[in-house]
Amino acid sequence: MCLGIPGQIVEITDAGRKLGVANVSGVRRPVNLACVIGEGSVEDLIGTWVLIHVGFAMSKIDEDQAAETLRILTELGEAQQELAAMRDGDRALGDAQW
Amino acid sequence: MKYVDEFRDPVRAGVLLKEIEALTAQIMAGRDRPVVIMEVCGGHTHSIFRYGIEKMLPPEIEFAHGPGCPVCVLPMGRVDDCVELAMKPEVIFTTFGDAMRVPGSRLSLLGAKAEGADVRMVYSPLDALALARANPDREVVFFGLGFETTMPSTALTILQAQAEGIGNFSLFCNHITIIPTIKAILDSPDMGIDGFLGPGHVSMVIGTDPYDFIARDYHRPLVVAGFEPLDVLHSVWMVLRQMAEGRAEIENQYARIVPRYGNEASLAAVTEVFELREFFEWRGLGSIDHSGVQIREAYAAWDAERKFAVASPSIPDPKACQCGEVLKGAIKPWQCKLFGRSCTPETPMGALMVSSEGACAAYYQYGGIDAVPEPAQ
Amino acid sequence: MNAVTPTGNGRLRAERVTLAHGGGGKAMRDLIEDVFTSVFEPDGLEDQARLSHEMLAVEGARLAFTTDSFVVQPLEFPGGDIGKIAVCGTVNDLTVGGAQPLWLSAAFIIEEGTEVALLRRVAAAMRRAADQAGVRIVTGDTKVVERGAADTLFVTTSGVGVIPAGRELAAEKVRAGDVALVNGVLGDHGAAILAARGDMVFEADIRSDCRPLNHLMEAVIEAAPGVRCARDATRGGLASALNEISQASAIGIEIDEARLPMRAEVKGVCELLGLDPLYLANEGALVLFVPEEQAEAALAAMRSTEAGRDAAIIGRAAEMRSPRVVMHSLFGGSRIVDMLVGEQLPRIC
Repeated sequence: MCLGIPGQIVEITDAGRKLGVANVSGVRRPVNLACVIGEGSVEDLIGTWVLIHVGFAMSKIDEDQAAETLRILTELGEAQQELAAMRDGDRALGDAQW
Repeated sequence: MKYVDEFRDPVRAGVLLKEIEALTAQIMAGRDRPVVIMEVCGGHTHSIFRYGIEKMLPPEIEFAHGPGCPVCVLPMGRVDDCVELAMKPEVIFTTFGDAMRVPGSRLSLLGAKAEGADVRMVYSPLDALALARANPDREVVFFGLGFETTMPSTALTILQAQAEGIGNFSLFCNHITIIPTIKAILDSPDMGIDGFLGPGHVSMVIGTDPYDFIARDYHRPLVVAGFEPLDVLHSVWMVLRQMAEGRAEIENQYARIVPRYGNEASLAAVTEVFELREFFEWRGLGSIDHSGVQIREAYAAWDAERKFAVASPSIPDPKACQCGEVLKGAIKPWQCKLFGRSCTPETPMGALMVSSEGACAAYYQYGGIDAVPEPAQ
Repeated sequence: MNAVTPTGNGRLRAERVTLAHGGGGKAMRDLIEDVFTSVFEPDGLEDQARLSHEMLAVEGARLAFTTDSFVVQPLEFPGGDIGKIAVCGTVNDLTVGGAQPLWLSAAFIIEEGTEVALLRRVAAAMRRAADQAGVRIVTGDTKVVERGAADTLFVTTSGVGVIPAGRELAAEKVRAGDVALVNGVLGDHGAAILAARGDMVFEADIRSDCRPLNHLMEAVIEAAPGVRCARDATRGGLASALNEISQASAIGIEIDEARLPMRAEVKGVCELLGLDPLYLANEGALVLFVPEEQAEAALAAMRSTEAGRDAAIIGRAAEMRSPRVVMHSLFGGSRIVDMLVGEQLPRIC
């Protein structure tokens, strides 16, 4: 349900009607910005990454949260490597004692 | 593509798969049946098949493909309404491409187009409004379907039509709401679901609090999940971790998009334009209370149902159709008597064979069919 | 190859085609001679082409003959127009069968009211494409129909070529282990047409890949004489071409998502509209299978031609219990790539 894709706001075309243009991987599509303006002015949105659904910018993408998700996964990977290294170490130690 | 490619990273996927295997082994030590996780949303179904995720997971993890494909659950009577509207000579009927092939009792919209109806595919309701502006002597009807994700876009389009005084635009509102439907599934006696992947894009509108009852009253974990394959694996891992630790909570894997309280402007527009219907008919699931919305009286001028006195006949699903059981996770698509026989993507009988997000169509087309036992000769 | 595309004789003064231009009189003669034959320069003005070719005299050489109709909208789009497609499409149909294309016919169904200037542009594009491919448009026909009976302009081309003795390309010849190659980026034509139609309201700098592939194919066959078969990945895209080959050869095909050449903009269009690039149409892309030991030679030969600069090895044929096309995703999983039921439609779900 509900195909959504990240894009970056690159232009405001009609501040009154809250319309701008988003760039999705080199594709420019007019988008309605009403859901992401919040307190600020429409112009402030230029450069902002948003999630686009049926021609509407539906949500600002939270860069810190995106990084946090990836950080958790990176740490999981590091923990796995450490565990694997410890197991190898144990084995090596075991071999030596043997 | 930023925010896309990094969430399709096979290295991080490998890490998650190891963790998932370990958790699965831990969980399976105490049980004799597979772990069933329902992805509520058709977008997740699509990702699972597109990236072959189910086959990457331990065999003890099964997905139940939920009701979150608005095209699939659209009842035949509403499609007939669309065809009737589209056939009116003054009407330009606009729709998302998804709905073009859904069969009504006589015709799909594609069939109606072939019979002369002016049916046009659009990407956005805004494009339909632009058509209304450009064709003041025609009536432009937009077929509004979808869950809470899509509601703000149609609500804002109606508000825009009002602001500009565009009178030849109207919405045929078939929006549905996900919460009552999840509840209906949880209440069904043959429910066998251990945990949920929550619909990420619905949640960016409504937030995560509306799911609290699932953990509180039904003691099932739900993780609001993103749609990239890494998001799906990450969310499966989070569900399993809850199960392994004996927790049932609402967690948010998709925090880069989904704020806890949803999107204020979206919700305001939706509340302004729409109100709950007493009930809405779903293909495969029957009538569910408060599971759809309609346009409020104040915006009646943009309501196609009022403007054109739409009949909305109730047409029962084909008798042998077992979409309901599949939706509830009670049976697998290929266990349905019709699957691959009288019900195929070319000639769908049941809702789930209609859209590429429907569980049956996905199985049929995307290789789930490999999981289907070879038919006995 | 002509450096300058010939233009008309200037006798047709009308700005728009009327039914009179189909009536068999002087108006029709002016349309045909000014707009078409003076640009195509066929040998005689008889109603049929009289062909002779030394290649046919070779023992074992065979004629190849094909036909195709073209109905694209819009008629002109970034990277081409209906005329260029009509020539390249038929040239490529001959090419993938192993034939060296030589002669084309061109038939035009013209809706009354069509601008003559458009027809001139289309005819010029056809001549340029024919020159590029090294083929000649030797015969043709025009019909004018009433408004509404055609959508401005339909073009049908038929093509004749010669398959040299001993050359036998066929999908049935594909064997497990054979390597699959494509000559360039995928989906450009489909995405360019979607953008040009304007229904979906987006802008992207994408041009159709429409081009003749016969020179590329000859280069490949010379470098890799064991080429099993080729298919142009037009309607239905790469996915349909691979499925046709898999079905004809009763063998499985595995492709690797990471190896598929594709522009970022085409990916963007697909993500935005929910389309699968494997099913997007191409007009200058082919997929071919070669024995493994000739794969590198075929790749190098492709890359040495203009139409093959972005060529890539994308997968291989493999024994499977039930022969299918399977794609290994970037993410590590795999899925079946089936034929589409109908046309691929944009989706929001």
